[in-house]
Amino acid sequence: MLEMLTTSLFSFLSTILGTLPALFGQLPPGSSFWFPPAASNVAEGIDWVFYFILYLCLFFFVLITGLMLAFMWLYRRREGVPALGGPSHNNALEIAWSVIPSFLLVYLFYVGFVGYLDLRTVPEEAYEIQVNAKKWAWAFTYPGDISTNELHLPVNQDVRLVMNSTDVIHSLYVPAFRTKMDVVPGRYTKMWMNATKKGEYKLFCTEYCGEKHSAMLAKVVVEDWGEFEKWLAKEGDLVGNYGYEKAGEMLYQRKGCNQCHSIDGSAMKGPTFKGAFGKEREIEGQSEKVVMDENYIRESILNPQAKIHKGYPAVMPTFQGQIKDEEINAIIAYLKTLK
Amino acid sequence: MAVEVQPTPGASPAPDSPLFQSPENYLTHPSTSIGSWLFTLDHKRIGIMYLVSILLSFLIGGLLALAVRLELMWPGQTIMSAETYNHVFTLHGAIMTFLFIIPSVPASIGNFVLPIMLGAKDLAFPRMNLGSYYLWVLGAVFFVGSMLMNGLDTGWTFYTPYSTTTSSSVISALLGVFVLGFSSIFTGLNFIVTIHTMRPAGMTWFRMPLLLWALYATAIIQILATPVIGITGLLLIAERLLQIGIFDPALGGDPVMFQHFFWFYSHPAVYIMILPAMGIISELVSIHSHKPIFGYRFIAFSSVALALLGFLVWGHHMFTSGQSPVSAIVFSALTFSVSIPSAIKVFNWLATLWRGSISFTTPMCYALSFIFLFTVGGLTGLFLGTLATDVHLHDTYFVVAHFHYVMMGGTAVAFVGGIFHWWPKMTGRMYNEWLGRLSALIVLIGFNLTFFPQFLLGTHGMPRRYFDYEPEYAFLHFLSSVGAFTLGFGLLLAAIALILSLFNGKRAPANPWGAVSLEWQCASPPPYYNFKRAPVASFPYDFTRVEYDPPSQSYIVRAEEKGAATADH
Ligand code: HEC
Ligand SMILES: [Cu+2]
Ligand SMILES: [Cu+2]
Repeated sequence: MLEMLTTSLFSFLSTILGTLPALFGQLPPGSSFWFPPAASNVAEGIDWVFYFILYLCLFFFVLITGLMLAFMWLYRRREGVPALGGPSHNNALEIAWSVIPSFLLVYLFYVGFVGYLDLRTVPEEAYEIQVNAKKWAWAFTYPGDISTNELHLPVNQDVRLVMNSTDVIHSLYVPAFRTKMDVVPGRYTKMWMNATKKGEYKLFCTEYCGEKHSAMLAKVVVEDWGEFEKWLAKEGDLVGNYGYEKAGEMLYQRKGCNQCHSIDGSAMKGPTFKGAFGKEREIEGQSEKVVMDENYIRESILNPQAKIHKGYPAVMPTFQGQIKDEEINAIIAYLKTLK
Repeated sequence: MAVEVQPTPGASPAPDSPLFQSPENYLTHPSTSIGSWLFTLDHKRIGIMYLVSILLSFLIGGLLALAVRLELMWPGQTIMSAETYNHVFTLHGAIMTFLFIIPSVPASIGNFVLPIMLGAKDLAFPRMNLGSYYLWVLGAVFFVGSMLMNGLDTGWTFYTPYSTTTSSSVISALLGVFVLGFSSIFTGLNFIVTIHTMRPAGMTWFRMPLLLWALYATAIIQILATPVIGITGLLLIAERLLQIGIFDPALGGDPVMFQHFFWFYSHPAVYIMILPAMGIISELVSIHSHKPIFGYRFIAFSSVALALLGFLVWGHHMFTSGQSPVSAIVFSALTFSVSIPSAIKVFNWLATLWRGSISFTTPMCYALSFIFLFTVGGLTGLFLGTLATDVHLHDTYFVVAHFHYVMMGGTAVAFVGGIFHWWPKMTGRMYNEWLGRLSALIVLIGFNLTFFPQFLLGTHGMPRRYFDYEPEYAFLHFLSSVGAFTLGFGLLLAAIALILSLFNGKRAPANPWGAVSLEWQCASPPPYYNFKRAPVASFPYDFTRVEYDPPSQSYIVRAEEKGAATADH
């Protein structure tokens, strides 16, 4: 902790010493003082609105604090000297300073409104990706029922996300695209984006969703159509491309099993997978023990409430409809390797 | 027409005059026993009990805030687990909102000064007032109870279906909110009736001190909006206990509807929090500039306008919730309308400073800090009311920074300023001005260091309510935490200044600031009956009638000359 303190202090001092860029040295390349890189077709327009408001605010800020400081100096109390005094009201002036800002506000509303329509009018022809959010993982499903944890987007292509949540409300946010939308259980929400710069970006969950809310991140990759299709083909056949065991390991991470099951023997929300295969376990409300075999794993994934491992809460979500048979086989193969 | 305790002009009061020290001082009369405090019907004692309790909540909420900032000072786990963090930030928010900031000004300062400002002996319903205090205590017990049971990890907003499914103590916390709501309603009701029926001779509506206008407008919101949160809480409890589908989609409910219900109260509640603070600032700016408030009527009406418009804008918390774009657009348009009355007040305060005679007393230093911080808070609201930029900034640290500038930099700073202003009246003691001013300065610096970096965190995309963050945000988080400890230190100094004054402070004169409103025309501390005979009120900002009286070290308010000072304000 001391080491952290000194390094933080050091970076603090280096900034004080006038190297402002050091402050943002850690930010992703292409960041400005205010913003991360602008990587979607709406980002620049939104930044423009932001800067417009910023300068407007600066104007009023300087006006108000400037006057305040000037008055504090000019009209400071002097012993025995009463206030100079002045009129106690002036209707013309007061109406002026109520009405003139109103015009500015109407304009602000207008630019905000136009920008918002761009953000929310989902193009008809867009490429569609299904998004599922659950505690605490994102799943992106592409045409052909290919499901991954990374959001890959072809560059300069309108993409529509049709989103839905399994449990609580989450929110999908990509700062570089300047857009976000809540992902709500029990209904579909939609958003769209058109990424204009190739590269990697971060996707955050911005609606508080519990313990691992801050770990509910995903990688966004913007690439050419060609690369995108190649990647998609590979993802479409994990087992074919990587073999059962490797594919099982990838699925263990991608499907979010790693949020609750460790592979090193440590206790998490659920039992560890280390050395679990082939061992007996006690089941809640049942006297006979059960061996973890292929069928038990399959049942645990598709219908987790059927048998509850004694001593653990019944919080495992079902993966029914979200996982293919081949993928279950791959997970089984992977679990067998965890001795 | 002279007020009971008012000496004739010219003659300085004798040292034992009631202006100095009333022998029937409310702190010792009718008795000093614990029972005489716990069952008192005296609005001043209730105000003091509220003040102590509310400040205690502020302390707890503040310590929780420091725990949050310490955890976020460095990336990764620093002092607590993610799960604990979620409880800590939730309790910080819930305690600060429901136990501290909503009751803060009205229940403590308002309770103490409102009747005296009206020249009355008490509020219209003293028993209801005591009842309101004990409801607050009961609400606090529920909160502490949920902390001790399973804690609370929903965020202070209780969004469904998280709150319908978490195993933390949502029900007892909601019962707490429900009970606290009644406490708030009782206070509001009491204030409205008192202001309507108990104004003294000479006090027309437009001769009321502006704090009373603000408390009146606040009371309207307390009465009209609070029932909605109460009912929403009950629905949520019913959903959890009886599995009736209201908000949880798994039971056939609608989670977004909860947000509508919640913000239908909680946006107006923002004005419950800020309006009384604005009222305090109107008093402080005028009194400590020794110059009548500029644009009295505009300030008074803007309070009422805020109270009413505040009911129409709740949807601006939900621009990305999946509500229809049409409603988002309507709510955005309405939201801009609330910024006008706030701007009017700021301009009027500035015009009051203009050609004044500004004393940099501690309360004034806090009031000037308020104007600075509230200006930043208000202006940054424009980014959030504008739809295009809000979509990027919603639920990021930008929002956290914005509302802390308004609630903490605004309300809490005004509250502290108000405490310093009325402290001599409440306790009969003067505090060390230099220590007070120093605390104001450190609070101002610490505050900006804490929250300004959070604007940048927000525009760079740092989401709120995160236990951990990406390395690129580390520096700004570190700055913010350093600021938080500075801020805490400043508030500690303020507390020290006040506590020390109780032991070795000079005796406070009746009117140390040169104010005209009635509460400065009875002794410090006031006698338990406030005024023997109902005083006659005049325009509360006519400082030409105030004169410094060196022997008593107090200002004296000359009686109003007949016909004078009734000029239209
Ligand atoms: C939200 C946390 C969570 C997630 C995510 C999760 N599980 Fe579980 N899982 C549990 C808990 C808790 C148990 C123990 C209670 C029970 O038996 O249902 C469990 C039990 C199991 C069992 C039985 C283990 C035993 O020792 O009896 C298997 C197998 C299993 N999970 C596989 C998976 C797989 C595969 C995934 C990913 C596709 C996954 N789980 C995702 C929480 C989770
Ligand atoms: Cu989340
Ligand atoms: Cu609001």
